[in-house]
Amino acid sequence: MTTYYSEDHEWITFEGDIATIGITAHAAEQLGEIVFVEQKETGDEFEKGEEIGVIESVKAASEIYAPVDGEVVEANETLGDNPGALNESPEGDAWIYKVKLSDASQLDDLMDLDAYKALIG
Amino acid sequence: MSDNSPKRTPLYDLHVELGGKMVDFAGWEMPVQYPMGIMGEHKHCREKAALFDVSHMGQVILRGDNVGEKLEALCPQAYATLKPGKARYGFFTNEDGGIMDDLIVANAGDYFFVVVNAALRHQDIPHMQANLDGVEVTEIFDRALVAVQGPKAEDVVGDLCPAARELNFMETTLDEINGIECRISRLGYTGEDGYEISIPEDKAIEVSRAFLAHEDCEPAGLGARDSLRLESGLCLYGNDIDQSTSPIEASLAWAIQKRRKEEGGFPGAARVQKELAEGAARRLVGIKPDGRAPARQGVEVQCLEGNTIGQITSGSFGPTVGGPVAMGYVSAGHGTAGEKVNLIIRGKAQPAEIVALPFVKQNYKR
Repeated sequence: MTTYYSEDHEWITFEGDIATIGITAHAAEQLGEIVFVEQKETGDEFEKGEEIGVIESVKAASEIYAPVDGEVVEANETLGDNPGALNESPEGDAWIYKVKLSDASQLDDLMDLDAYKALIG
Repeated sequence: MSDNSPKRTPLYDLHVELGGKMVDFAGWEMPVQYPMGIMGEHKHCREKAALFDVSHMGQVILRGDNVGEKLEALCPQAYATLKPGKARYGFFTNEDGGIMDDLIVANAGDYFFVVVNAALRHQDIPHMQANLDGVEVTEIFDRALVAVQGPKAEDVVGDLCPAARELNFMETTLDEINGIECRISRLGYTGEDGYEISIPEDKAIEVSRAFLAHEDCEPAGLGARDSLRLESGLCLYGNDIDQSTSPIEASLAWAIQKRRKEEGGFPGAARVQKELAEGAARRLVGIKPDGRAPARQGVEVQCLEGNTIGQITSGSFGPTVGGPVAMGYVSAGHGTAGEKVNLIIRGKAQPAEIVALPFVKQNYKR
């Protein structure tokens, strides 16, 4: 299963017709200790580049931008009670959304791991 | 180095060595946090002791006759009666009764020692030079200032300097730490017991290392400093107080001594005395959001009927409280502890409650 990366430091994997979106370990590290996550709800549709959530650390609030067009199938509700999971396992258990993609070919516009590693230096 | 590049304090190399994440703050390259993280540093300070570099603040020496009396022309505090060895929180007011800056004034015996905010050194020093007739105003550039804060601060500092144990809250002395002469003042900006210590710049790292060698002392950055002061209900200049806010609006009437309230004689006294008698148009209060979403500076405060009654001036997550905490201004007629309000966060009304400050009980050595 390929993992794609956005310039806004999200990761996205695609299996069957459902994609999973989260933030990268690098993003979590930069944000610092995360204390609150605001998420969209199941059924909400969004377009690439749209704000689809907010992550608040002790220091500041940061928006999550949609890396692709799609519709929320499931928001990870465990993050409501345990936002700190985003620091512990940002690329594992602490995924943010399961989404149905509108156009899977948009994934080709995103980066692979090597390109993302080059971006974050 | 151009004029725009941030300045470095005498502790810069130590911050880098300790893994500090350096940011530009008020023109200074300062650690916002260390590897322990803001929450860990904050809790460590509440439970044990933390070392902060606050060398970016302006240290000023005032020499002359009747310095305290002369300061009363600029500040609403009773500095004429400030005894040697004592320090007192205060502020410069402007002609409109707004706050120009807040500061700590200490009577060091032979001279007065003043600490002002980093961003306002360039305002405050000319202000004192222009208005303190016959007083020599000298900004100190060759000393670092570090704060050791927390319930174990007395052990951390007292193990190296027994005289520090004898100080009470808001007392200051000159003494040696490892043979280095330091000014040690029992005060701080965290709500905890602790000290601020002025150290010759070339010895600042040596003395700081000696504090950090204590098993209970860890370094903490500006992030924890901000969350600690917010939980303790302490104002941050530029957020909670500024040129437009009066001390009465800012709930700082406690910092104006009785004689000065009655006699006036400081810039803006007319407004301050009027607000003392009749109440202010708005007042700084504690605000506790019900949910988990932090309410940041600028968030609108509404009464339950939906009218705007004020604005958040400081808001973050309080690690000791374990949830979001905020301070803000609400208009007269509002602001009683227990009052329910709404905070407009990203367009949505989030329930919150007005609460008495501080969020975390202050723990000073009296």
